[in-house]
Amino acid sequence: MTAKRRVAQLGMLAFAVLIVMGAYASVGLGINGKVPSGMLGYGLGLGGLMLAAYLVLAKWAPWADPLLLPLVTLINGLGLVMIYRIELAGEDLASAANQLMWTALGVVMFSATLIALKDHRVLQRFTYTAGFAGIALLLLPMLPFIGKEINGARIWVGIGPFSIQPAEFAKLALVVFFAGYLVAKRDVLALAGRRLLFIDLPRARDLGPVLITWGISLGVLVMQKDLGSSLLLFGAFIAMLYIATQRTSWVLIGVLLFVGGAFIAGQIFSHVEARFNVWLNAEDPALYDADGGSFQLMQGMFAMGSGGILGTGLGQGYPYKIPLSFSDFIFTAMGEELGLTGLMAILMVYALIVERGLRTSLAARDPFTKLLAGGLSFILAWQVFIIVGGVTRLIPLTGLVTPFMSAGGSALLANWMLIALLVRMSDAARRPPPQAIQDEGLTQVMQR
Amino acid sequence: MSELTLLLIRLAFLAVLWFFVIAAVGVIRTDLFGPRTAPAPARKPAKAPRPVSKPKKGEPRQLIVTGGPLQGTIINLTETPITIGRANDATLVLSDDYASSRHARLFPQDGQWIVEDLGSTNGTYLERSKVTRPTPVPLGVPIRIGKTVIELRK
Repeated sequence: MTAKRRVAQLGMLAFAVLIVMGAYASVGLGINGKVPSGMLGYGLGLGGLMLAAYLVLAKWAPWADPLLLPLVTLINGLGLVMIYRIELAGEDLASAANQLMWTALGVVMFSATLIALKDHRVLQRFTYTAGFAGIALLLLPMLPFIGKEINGARIWVGIGPFSIQPAEFAKLALVVFFAGYLVAKRDVLALAGRRLLFIDLPRARDLGPVLITWGISLGVLVMQKDLGSSLLLFGAFIAMLYIATQRTSWVLIGVLLFVGGAFIAGQIFSHVEARFNVWLNAEDPALYDADGGSFQLMQGMFAMGSGGILGTGLGQGYPYKIPLSFSDFIFTAMGEELGLTGLMAILMVYALIVERGLRTSLAARDPFTKLLAGGLSFILAWQVFIIVGGVTRLIPLTGLVTPFMSAGGSALLANWMLIALLVRMSDAARRPPPQAIQDEGLTQVMQR
Repeated sequence: MSELTLLLIRLAFLAVLWFFVIAAVGVIRTDLFGPRTAPAPARKPAKAPRPVSKPKKGEPRQLIVTGGPLQGTIINLTETPITIGRANDATLVLSDDYASSRHARLFPQDGQWIVEDLGSTNGTYLERSKVTRPTPVPLGVPIRIGKTVIELRK
């Protein structure tokens, strides 16, 4: 299927914007029986932004996948609506206007990435630069003056009035590094080395740089108490190693390393131990009332429980009772007001975004693109898994944003960049192969 | 606003949300379940560009070196890609100062062989055009790498 599908794309985009506007209206009707006055503004704002993104995409990546943009639009828009709804309920920290502004910046970032990066394979040349940039970005919040600590995690950098989380961008840089490095080394990683019992051990010198990068990023993240990002990077690393070498043994080694690492971290670091404790004993009344206890987690569970199958309806639940319901816990807010049915639809949309990414990876013609597209799709899926698993108590809760949905500028910008990269790669993968014989007048002629 | 209206809005919203998901799956239907057995004739020919059907009868079976120090070498083509360069692990190892260690790669895709330049210093030329991106190689068209010329033959 290499047709451009422009009509389908535009149609789906309009559909997504309409759903978001419907959601706004539904929030207003649910809260005070009126269509909110801001609906047209927000709706048109989102619609205009997405139309701009569509035009950029049609001009600079005409063969790109038709679904990525509409799917992301829907998720981003639903997040906006939920933040708006929580803001209406009187939560000071939630600001739909801010989120719309960040969405606009995200679309600008998306367009800039698409326009500036004509061929994503250029990134392969910056493999080690990307690796160093990733580590530098991770280390940035540790610096004395610009680093800021918010909510117990030192992951912020303050520039004037803005605070950004460099780790969000670091993960993109590190995925580029892993992709570039593994392309160069995958044959060695897959073939060379000793066989010990059932596991093929690689030679230390092949794996050295990757392990060092991984160790540094994990160390920094544990020091900064940003557990979500460290889990995210670790998973991305193992998944890309698996994609590159097709060795199940890597996954086994990764899981063992992870379980060991988690156990040791739980013993050493009190904040990790506290997370485990909250996860395992969330229903303990003492812990529920404790400071930094399971109150938030259980409120989220109660919210989803009261939502049930069909939800309370937008604007008719109490999602604002959960602390941080506009950022970390936006998924439970959705669960309360849209119910299991709505949550499944949202998860399906995420799944479709990831499917498009993996499809791009399959259709790509060179190994770097395959690894990069696979890695980027994986971190998106993995991010959704970590946060949704966290708020539903499947795994310990780690502070991570729900991609495109949670309030938070850095994550939005970084994820829009991620989508721009996927769009760029899908454009390259779906573009029909060029004509074999080119116009001779335009090409270099080699003379004997 | 009555309870009933709100209930209807709520259900309608969920239905529309799922309709969006189903519509999205519809757009990529061919991706998920394979193309329909009878291709839709209404679709414009320009919109189905990739000529999956073989352009020529009979696929290339051999790679022949027609010029340079290795002239006369024949490599039988299988499903595996062929690498060309000065590196020892290349399929066709060149001893040519104008070739890079990993110079170019030939690989089969959809019944065609594609040549791709692997970032060589002096470039790969298909007939007289420099190969800047993976390009299909027709039968009998010379590929020039340094002093070496190769061709695909039946």
